[in-house]
Amino acid sequence: MEKAAAENSVAPLKLLGSWASSYTHRVQLALRLKGLEFEYAEEDLGSKSEALLRHNPVYKKVPVLVLPDGRALAESAVILHYLDDAFPAARQLLPADPFDRAVARFWCHFSDDKLGPAVGAVFASTGEEQEAAVRQVHDNLALLEAELREGAFKGRRFFGGDEVGFLDVVLGCGSYWLAVFEEVTGVQLVDAEAFPLFHAWLRDFEAQEEVRETIPSVDRLLDYARGLRQMLLAMAGGAGAGAPADAPTAAPPSAAPPAPATADIAVDI
Amino acid sequence: MAGEKNVGLVLLDFWVSPFGQRCRIALAEKGLPYEYVEENIMAVKSDRLLRSNPVYKHIPVLLHDGRTITESLIILQHLDQVFPDTRPLLPADPYERAHARFWADYVDKKVYGSGSKMYTEPQMQTNIEMVDILKTLERELGEKEFFGGEHGFGFVDVALIPFTAWFESFDRYSFKKKSFDRYWGVKVAEVAPKLVSWAARCQERESVSNSLYSPEKVYDFAGMMRKDFGIE
Repeated sequence: MEKAAAENSVAPLKLLGSWASSYTHRVQLALRLKGLEFEYAEEDLGSKSEALLRHNPVYKKVPVLVLPDGRALAESAVILHYLDDAFPAARQLLPADPFDRAVARFWCHFSDDKLGPAVGAVFASTGEEQEAAVRQVHDNLALLEAELREGAFKGRRFFGGDEVGFLDVVLGCGSYWLAVFEEVTGVQLVDAEAFPLFHAWLRDFEAQEEVRETIPSVDRLLDYARGLRQMLLAMAGGAGAGAPADAPTAAPPSAAPPAPATADIAVDI
Repeated sequence: MAGEKNVGLVLLDFWVSPFGQRCRIALAEKGLPYEYVEENIMAVKSDRLLRSNPVYKHIPVLLHDGRTITESLIILQHLDQVFPDTRPLLPADPYERAHARFWADYVDKKVYGSGSKMYTEPQMQTNIEMVDILKTLERELGEKEFFGGEHGFGFVDVALIPFTAWFESFDRYSFKKKSFDRYWGVKVAEVAPKLVSWAARCQERESVSNSLYSPEKVYDFAGMMRKDFGIE
């Protein structure tokens, strides 16, 4: 398949990201699916670059897309919309039909608002608290499963239809954590029997060439997740530990570099 | 609002909801007729609401030719797309569009996120956050007449203006002493004077003045909510 050339052939797009960040992966995957060239710069989230702080002063997070003219955009969903708008000749990720777009945007919102935080909560907790979080995840997955079975996405291989689209990128870049978290916490999140369509979708998504190029190896993810889990449990055991996503200003001084990283990576689904 | 031309729009809403108001303002800016349905969300939710938004069960919900769209910013984008001959809320330029989306999302994440804590959280932390948020918005507005800049009154303006009626509630609730020795007031006019002027400019637009309620009414509503949450 011929790849569309980047419309700005002057200087490439530049992506500031973090290797374990699902939000970063969303943008990397989108760029690859669109055949857009880009430079990637890995950010050390424990010691953020001047460029990151300058380009994203509001949140100071990755991913950040820096355009050839030096202007920058932050927030993965915003960036994905931008890529569709700015490169109309390249493969479009959002559906063309306005109602389908509204549906895709809704489930993107759901993913970031409900599913992602629930999965994060499973990972950051133990015991009863974790059980409650697991139930949340299952409830959320059940909603998606229902849409695949008889709702908005009935009969589709991907949320985008025959091909991967916006919602696949959003949900997919993050869903790979499910198996990793299952392994690390010993909790079952995606039961192939309870969520057969979601399970099948995830398998098909992960088999896509551009997705394989984007998602880090399972070993690296497992390694990372184990370290993160240990640290989160240690923090939860200590005083005043909130949910990882709220941690930026409260990171304990003794925390290793991963501490600020959790807030930025905010593992989502 | 019975219209000459029925474009099949029904808005399920709740009078004081800032998210619902965004939709009302947008529809008015676009001159689109629609049926307004007041949902009594403080009591038992209607079947129609539960059917149209089973996931969140909240308003606003836009019914367009029987199909449902939920989430106010999604509704706004939908209106832009399906009614291209009406006044657009988002600019045409891709970067400017993205910039607008970013800031509207900021309003959702931060203004609503922090403001809604007034129901449940100790005052001091909320106030510190709110000062920061107001200053950030002030910086973003800068010398522009509207957040939409050259585009004029737009997406971000619509996203933010309904929350300004809540500023007075922030002001007033922040002066109440809780169990702290010190209190930290948020005087919006001192922290973000440009924002205050901007809000007044927005209020001059009929679409806005017809959709928003007085800060007094909002303050009363907020007080009721705080009672419900057992804060006072």
